[in-house]
Amino acid sequence: MKLKTKLFGSTYSFKDVKEVLGKANEEKSGDQLLGIAAGSVSERVAAKVVLSELTLEELRKNPVIPYEADEVTRVIDDLVNESIYKEIKNWTVGYFREYILNHKTTGADILRVSKALTGEMVAAVAKLMSNMDLVYGASKIRVTGKANYEIGKPGTLSFRLQPNHPTDSIDGILASMMEGLSYGCGDAIIGINPVEDTVENTKRIMDAIHGFMEKWQIPTQTCVLSHISTQMQALREGAPVSVFFQSVAGTEDANKAFGIDYVLIDEAFQLIQRHGTAPGPNLMYFETGQGSEMSLNTDHGADEMTLEARTYGFAKRYKPFMVNNVSGFIGPETLFDGKQILRANLEDHFMGKLTGLPMGMAPCYTNHVNTDQNDQETATMLLAMAGANYYMGVPVGDDVMLSYQDTSYHDDATLRELLNLKPAEEFFQWLMAMGIMDQRGRLTDRAGDASLFLK
Amino acid sequence: MISEKDLKKVIEQVLLELGASGAKETCSISEEAAEQVQAIEEALPDITAVDLKKQVLVPQPENLEGLLKMKETTPARIGVWRAGPRYKTETLLRFRADHAVAMDAVFSDVSEEFLQEMNLFPIKTKCRNKDEYLTRPDLGRKFEEEELEVLRKNCVKKPQVQIYVSDGLSSTAIEANIRDILPAIQQGLEGYGVKMGTPFFVKYGRVPAMDVISETLEAEVTCVLIGERPGLATGESMSAYMAYKAEVNMPEARRTVVSNIHKGGTPAVEAGAHIAHILKLMLDKKASGLDLKL
Repeated sequence: MKLKTKLFGSTYSFKDVKEVLGKANEEKSGDQLLGIAAGSVSERVAAKVVLSELTLEELRKNPVIPYEADEVTRVIDDLVNESIYKEIKNWTVGYFREYILNHKTTGADILRVSKALTGEMVAAVAKLMSNMDLVYGASKIRVTGKANYEIGKPGTLSFRLQPNHPTDSIDGILASMMEGLSYGCGDAIIGINPVEDTVENTKRIMDAIHGFMEKWQIPTQTCVLSHISTQMQALREGAPVSVFFQSVAGTEDANKAFGIDYVLIDEAFQLIQRHGTAPGPNLMYFETGQGSEMSLNTDHGADEMTLEARTYGFAKRYKPFMVNNVSGFIGPETLFDGKQILRANLEDHFMGKLTGLPMGMAPCYTNHVNTDQNDQETATMLLAMAGANYYMGVPVGDDVMLSYQDTSYHDDATLRELLNLKPAEEFFQWLMAMGIMDQRGRLTDRAGDASLFLK
Repeated sequence: MISEKDLKKVIEQVLLELGASGAKETCSISEEAAEQVQAIEEALPDITAVDLKKQVLVPQPENLEGLLKMKETTPARIGVWRAGPRYKTETLLRFRADHAVAMDAVFSDVSEEFLQEMNLFPIKTKCRNKDEYLTRPDLGRKFEEEELEVLRKNCVKKPQVQIYVSDGLSSTAIEANIRDILPAIQQGLEGYGVKMGTPFFVKYGRVPAMDVISETLEAEVTCVLIGERPGLATGESMSAYMAYKAEVNMPEARRTVVSNIHKGGTPAVEAGAHIAHILKLMLDKKASGLDLKL
């Protein structure tokens, strides 16, 4: 294993794979805060050069946290398909990049290789890619998910309707929901982040949104994003749930801080398969984002991008219906500005797809980051080109419960028009029957009037 | 001169405020409304003064009354209509204004004039500038020795209650609330016969900086008034964090917080009296945070 190189005659050496992975990252404030970022632009490129010559086997044998010390490392390594791994273990990361980009390599080829990848390999190849590489590479890979209905098929773009309310008022939630539906949003899922994480409140919201879905025969699925143990209890008590939600991270400690481990998620997955209202087979919805481990002091000195790739490896165990990335939600100590958020968005979408996940994106920002609506819209358009399965839908992008900005109902409709994409098939039919969308997938004159649903 | 479009907008708003259901019937304009219109001089109307909860931009909704009722149930920006698939100009500009006021709250500094007016001398944490403050939470809780020396020189030692002000994530919140809240707290404490230390200002401060302050001045109770992370259109929100014998590396659970201090939440004067009461309780019970039953 060579951990040393020269650039313009100057020598750069690194002590281990973990240091190379950290320093090969594009500039991120989170890595700088941990003191693991490259000290200069040249050192960053030197790390990329060293990384490009490492083999996939060397990456597997040097996880950022050892197999014995971390459950996430074990979950990922135990999922590796050993036959396929034998075929690719001698590939260098530089070769792997070119393999993904090669015209002869199809999405199916990449998804086959994906069965033998660990988080460190996925992160490594993404670190060698430019922004356009990340968009192009990801655009080859389609991964669909089906709970009640299937999303992520070629030619479609779906949206999670996110009608949150600052006091969990059912009337208020339904008001934003009707508005979103009138813009054609909600085919991925209708999901509420509750303020109050109790079983009673979770059941109350589950009943209300499920009831509305039934009343209007909306071909979609629902969930309430309280803690998974709360949702499990609500389901045991008979609440109607299509999909379970949970935030996950890339280290055992971080997951512990979220109040989960793989035993609990295994149990949840079994429970929703047996008692949920949707046939599946994909019944889990995970949320992730760069920097969560660091903000919980559970990073083990590993860079936030590699930890994010490990998060995807953990999520893969559950064949999820959707994985949603919210890099940008935490704040400037993890991603400093619009440029860093955009880069993280493109990396995460690519890494998720390469891991074989049905990746959706929430390019978002808080008010204490040096970025604005224009940066966010740019990220959103690029991710749509890259082929994200879905986005969030928030009224005018202003989430009045979580206090951050995300994609809006208007953005959703615009992206479909721009890229000539349709909603998921059954939902598209429903929108046309409701007179909200025409056959070309454009909003009709009626669209945008929430009072359509006041009957 | 006010343009016809502006005139129409003002009239619509006035009609809505008067409770008229058909905002579009601009022909039935009342005399009072006309007077209000004339009272507006050269400047364009302040778009941020429009009460979004009462505004429906959908031109011909199936059920306008129903839509207005829906809007009462949520602060979410619904009923906004569209230009093609995009926002109407009014919606876009209002969003940008609401974000702008939040960003300005974070990225501007509390002015020196304000600190002089309030008689607060400044010290600063180890952060060198705003960017470093935002990206290095670890530095926002530490001080160079010479800064602490300034504290020792200028402050009463071993105060019963040490109150200080810090910018945190909103300078706007400080300038909006401190004028009212500091005297209110002081008055409250005097009423209880409690002695307050010398107030000052900490630039680029995070909440745990109060632990260093507490140790340096040997305060019995320490209270920081600090700007909160702004939401859209709400740059003025401030919090008070308080702790009994705060010390570096103590558990977060030992802090008591009063948050959401601003005109639209708990107004500063009211919050001041409440905070004084809590501070007195901390002195009496010799406890704070989870250990203190409020």
